[in-house]
Amino acid sequence: MAPFTQSLRADERAMRLLRSAGEFASGPGVWLAIIGVGTWAAIDRTDAFVVGIVSGSILALGALGLTLLFGVLRFAHFAHGDSMMLSAYIAFFVLTGVIFGERADTELLPWSLNDLPGATDRIPWPGEGELSFGYGLLLAMIPAAGFIIAVFLLLEKLVYGPLRRRGSGVVIFAIASLGIAIAMRSVILVFWGPSPRFYAPGIRPTTDLPFDVRIVTDQIFILFAAVGLAALVYLMLYRTKLGKAMRAIADNADLARVSGIDADRITSWTWIIGGGLVATAGVLLALQAQLQPKLGFVLLLPLFAATILGGIGRPHGALVGGMIVGITQEVAVTLGFISPGYKFSVAFVLLITILLLRPKGLFGGSEQ
Amino acid sequence: MKNRVLEAEGVVTGYGEVEILHGVDIVVHEAEIVAIIGPNGAGKSTFLKAVFGLLKVDPGRISLMGEECTNKRPDELVLKGLGYVPQVDNVFASLTINENLEMGAYVLSDGAGDRYERVYEMFPDLAGRRGELAGRLSGGQRQMLALARALMLDPKVLLLDEPSASLSPKMVGVIFERIAAINESGTAILLVEQNTKEALSVSDRGYVLATGENRLEGEARGLLENEDVGKLYLGT
Repeated sequence: MAPFTQSLRADERAMRLLRSAGEFASGPGVWLAIIGVGTWAAIDRTDAFVVGIVSGSILALGALGLTLLFGVLRFAHFAHGDSMMLSAYIAFFVLTGVIFGERADTELLPWSLNDLPGATDRIPWPGEGELSFGYGLLLAMIPAAGFIIAVFLLLEKLVYGPLRRRGSGVVIFAIASLGIAIAMRSVILVFWGPSPRFYAPGIRPTTDLPFDVRIVTDQIFILFAAVGLAALVYLMLYRTKLGKAMRAIADNADLARVSGIDADRITSWTWIIGGGLVATAGVLLALQAQLQPKLGFVLLLPLFAATILGGIGRPHGALVGGMIVGITQEVAVTLGFISPGYKFSVAFVLLITILLLRPKGLFGGSEQ
Repeated sequence: MKNRVLEAEGVVTGYGEVEILHGVDIVVHEAEIVAIIGPNGAGKSTFLKAVFGLLKVDPGRISLMGEECTNKRPDELVLKGLGYVPQVDNVFASLTINENLEMGAYVLSDGAGDRYERVYEMFPDLAGRRGELAGRLSGGQRQMLALARALMLDPKVLLLDEPSASLSPKMVGVIFERIAAINESGTAILLVEQNTKEALSVSDRGYVLATGENRLEGEARGLLENEDVGKLYLGT
């Protein structure tokens, strides 16, 4: 009996050891790995790290909208990436007045924002730099946001609202939003064609940063704009009555209702804020990369990876998640085993890893 | 005779096709504590939800301070002076104590003003922890916060759904003391409880519901001494 008992004890010890290792890996181990890899990337792959922060800030903005919509409305908005792209194209349209199709480029609008005096003159940037675009693009973000907000409110009235009142499950919502995503992409293809477009022609100016880092000046603008807007949304969520009501609904929708919080009004505001975030993130994305119909769909995976990584329904989690996904994607390309065209697949690996180790994400969101 | 602040006549309601209440009548007078007792599945909590507009009443009639309020929305009812504390999940766990109170006064367009301090005076345990997340509170403290949240609008009538559920015996005593104190400040209370003895001890009157219908009603002291109530719900 003695050898059997000894072997049983050894098994128990091994199991305890494995359990402790698992708890470490899913707890402090994850944070240590993030800090360790982040520090290494910042020192050894500084260029990619900096570009990753820029890409991450765009993802963070998109993920912030996604997590807000999930928190308040309780469904995964699969049309988020395509909404970003559609608003980017609307900005392009009001900026240039141009519609592309099967025939040659056609100027549909008799007057566009680029016709404003000096609208295409490059905006000077502190130091001796300049951005690749004029103030016309900044103005174009306003109608783009207005358009996508109107689309969102219309979809809430005609599609999501009726589904919610019928008590439809998450799968129905997911399929409905996926259908809307495909419809949005089709609209882009019909009106502007499949070829990539740019907001402004010509070579994009660059800026030298410390540690021998050189980046496109537009990327510094993107970072400031994304971080600034995220900070504003964060302040809104934690400092205003509307933001607190949104967090209350995300926390406990039934209790919010019995407290007299008007869920319909908060739902509309969530779409309005989500639409503003989507439009800004879309234009910044098109500025960072280019206008491309399929980019919104490709972006969906990193957006969801960022949202789940931070914890679904956790605004600060979306910001951290976006940064981690953005930096990991850019740094992974420099390792040589993945081509830049496939960098979005890194988000997939991150997504699977976090689902296995911490299903509730880094900041403990919803598991649903 | 005191004024009737809440009156329900022939309330029929349920969940979807399933009818739970088959015509319940209940009256609450000004500054009174009324307990609804009865076995599990009697429809006690369902009645509170129907009064608060969370379930559709058809047929039946509910009036608040003499005004017809049947099937009004919760946000309309809280403005008319009705408060409700659900049995479970009755605080916003990821919001601070102060933010929970702010949400209690959400419908006030001009802000909560000095209501915070008035409520904190009634619940001094919460006052020193106003910046803490509600999710970190114990079960009893959460119940206190839920009561405090409902008091932010100075309700004329407060509906309490099993406020002593899952609490330690010591905490049950504390909660009922607070309920009595709230009532002394002029708020009428309609209380649903499994803890029959404690509930009737603090109440003025009581109703016994069974299978979605009124079975007995009367002075709380009378119900406590009633042989049938004693056998069924008090274990005497």
